[in-house]
Amino acid sequence: MLKKTLALAVLATVATAGAAEARDTIRIVGSSTVYPFSTVVAENFGKSTSFKTPVIESTGSGGGIKLFCAGVGTEHPDIVNASRRMKKSEFETCDKNGVKDIVEVRVGYDGIVIANAKAAPAFDVTREQLFMALAKEVPQGDKWVANPYKKWSDINPSLPNEEIEVLGPPPTSGTRDAFTELVMDAACEKLPAAKALKDAGDDKTLKQKCQSVREDGAYIEAGENDNLIVQKLGANQTAVGIFGYSFLEENADKIKGAKVDGKEPTFDNISSGAYPVSRPLQFYVKKAHIGTIPGIQEYLNEFTADKAWGPEGYLADKGLIPMPDAERAKYKEAATKLKTLTAGDL
Amino acid sequence: MATAEQQVEMTTSQKDILSRQSRISETVNAGLKSRYRSEARFRAYGAGAIVLALVMLVLLFVTIIGKGYTAFVQTELQLTIATSGEALGIGNDRDAAALNRADYQAQIKASLRDMFPDVTGRKERRDLYGMVSDGAAYALRDALAENPALIGQKVTLQVPVASDIDMLHKGQIDRTVAEAERKVNDFQIGIYDRWVSMGTIGLHFNTALFTQGDSRQPELAGIWGAAVGSFYTLIVTLALSFPIGVAAAVYLEEFAPKNRWTDLIEVNINNLAAVPSIVFGLLGLAVFLQFFGMPRSAPVAGGLVLTLMNLPIIIIASRAALKSVPPSIREAALGLGASKLQTILHHVLPLAMPGMLTGTIIGMAHALGETAPLLMIGMVAFVVDIPMTPMDSATVLPVQIYLWADSPERAFVERTSAAIMVLLAFLVTMNAAAVLLRKKFERRW
Repeated sequence: MLKKTLALAVLATVATAGAAEARDTIRIVGSSTVYPFSTVVAENFGKSTSFKTPVIESTGSGGGIKLFCAGVGTEHPDIVNASRRMKKSEFETCDKNGVKDIVEVRVGYDGIVIANAKAAPAFDVTREQLFMALAKEVPQGDKWVANPYKKWSDINPSLPNEEIEVLGPPPTSGTRDAFTELVMDAACEKLPAAKALKDAGDDKTLKQKCQSVREDGAYIEAGENDNLIVQKLGANQTAVGIFGYSFLEENADKIKGAKVDGKEPTFDNISSGAYPVSRPLQFYVKKAHIGTIPGIQEYLNEFTADKAWGPEGYLADKGLIPMPDAERAKYKEAATKLKTLTAGDL
Repeated sequence: MATAEQQVEMTTSQKDILSRQSRISETVNAGLKSRYRSEARFRAYGAGAIVLALVMLVLLFVTIIGKGYTAFVQTELQLTIATSGEALGIGNDRDAAALNRADYQAQIKASLRDMFPDVTGRKERRDLYGMVSDGAAYALRDALAENPALIGQKVTLQVPVASDIDMLHKGQIDRTVAEAERKVNDFQIGIYDRWVSMGTIGLHFNTALFTQGDSRQPELAGIWGAAVGSFYTLIVTLALSFPIGVAAAVYLEEFAPKNRWTDLIEVNINNLAAVPSIVFGLLGLAVFLQFFGMPRSAPVAGGLVLTLMNLPIIIIASRAALKSVPPSIREAALGLGASKLQTILHHVLPLAMPGMLTGTIIGMAHALGETAPLLMIGMVAFVVDIPMTPMDSATVLPVQIYLWADSPERAFVERTSAAIMVLLAFLVTMNAAAVLLRKKFERRW
């Protein structure tokens, strides 16, 4: 008797699990940088249509693309947000798992700011100076030595006479990826010592020298929580923080952004591309799911409407830097006509 | 001669003893002070540790409550809306479909224009509209849906203001900093001051916090969705882990032979209790989601994962409770002719139950505060809709706290603390229930 009940209970569990296959909610995974924007769109979409509000997970770009590319079917997500473009290798994985038709929609730009407390001295740095302050090893002549700089003024007398103390994201963060690519790599490649390595074809050493961040306490990994970095900057006048533009915008009364290569991190500078540390944000849609999961096309329409991603839209209020008109028109078309991505595009 | 010598020896040995005794008492006396001192020091260390712990606890509560108590009230504006079919864009239609497509936002904007006829510039109007939350339109929709006959009349509603104005009203925005660095500009502060002098703006109990799901607009965000998600998750956990845990404990304690195999099982259960919870999340991802095909983000999968995590705790607590039932009870029952099953069901289990329940409640409190294992099965997600069944996508209270703590909007800072207070209230209630249960039913032999 007891055995029968147990067996029945097990069967019932398996059966209900099987019945859950059908799904009427859009599932979105991916970048924590795109998360604040896609959640706003999802919420407005849920409140203004009869569809359910999409469920959005913040898994990071890499983790999200991995989930997205795992296959076609209701157990896999429909859309992945990414703070960088999909890599060719990821596209191939997708293809191998049967995820053939992918639509790419760029939504806008995000700036990474270098900021410090309002009362602290203003910073005006170049990317090369940032590299010198943060790299694990810096070139001296044609040799690489452990980073000797203790104070900003050691790098260049024009910088403040203060200890180098930088609060930034950990390696798992998309912000860190972008910072590495846009600041560290960009600055490093211009150095003669790095050029020598490149000419020698030693890509592995080059990558290691350019991307390694010092571990002697001058760079402090402050976790994924950008709010925490902002709070610490308020308490510690000498510290400098690295985080997304939207946090600078929200807290402009407490902190100020540093000029990078002479450009201030303002809305206009990031939008025009003048500010060097900015990156495009995008999402990828699984075309096979459109029609199966209700509301995907309508969600795309909501996202690509001017009231959302336009210069005066609600996403701009949340800190997204809108694309210029022509670029918006291009991706709007991609979203409505569902133009699929090819390996050649990446 | 001999006796005299012996006497002399006796006296010397007696003297010896005496002098030794006096020496001992001297040493003891000399050391006494330092022994008392070391005891006093030891006590002071203990008291110090307790004081330190209490100070930390007070600090925690003061910061959380200090930051969060303001979130229980929300700044609301008293808005008189002259509703009309034209402003709502539905003409003379009053049916449900018309009410559904009506433009409530436009109606709110129209009433704001009526309130400040002197505001005419396009930018100023935009700033003015931005001061009232999107929630105003939902409030109007609900009011009209309840009574469509109100259309065409003046309706007075309490509507939430945008979170920046809420922050301004609560004194979190410094008016003295330069305009460009404030979230609220001078024009908006002017409007706000006019609202204050009109007496139409004020603090009201924040019902949204307790009735709504998550939102990206702080003034509309609530913990109800997460609370329901936590409830479903815990129900699944309790329904599975309590019977399985108790059955395992009873078998191991009362029926299982004591041999190498049961020793091995015991060691493994103790080891499992110490496994980091994220590992259970990975296991849940592989087994429940990938093998059994359960939906992502669903409380049912979360409950199963937390069951795995909780089982060792419940088994260990239940076995301890069974062990504390004296053997005389079992022997008496057996002696009167009860079968082994009857002995356990009628006598041992009821006596061990308070201990088992205490262990279970503490295990459940532990599960309520868990986020790491839920990360892997997709419960760390933005979920707006309130889950209706354990199969719907949901999130849980600690995850909601984590998500809010990571949001850039400043109004989420106080809401994060408020959510922490609610979670702490649940935990304190559960732990208090465990203590009460133990006090009421515990028997000492």
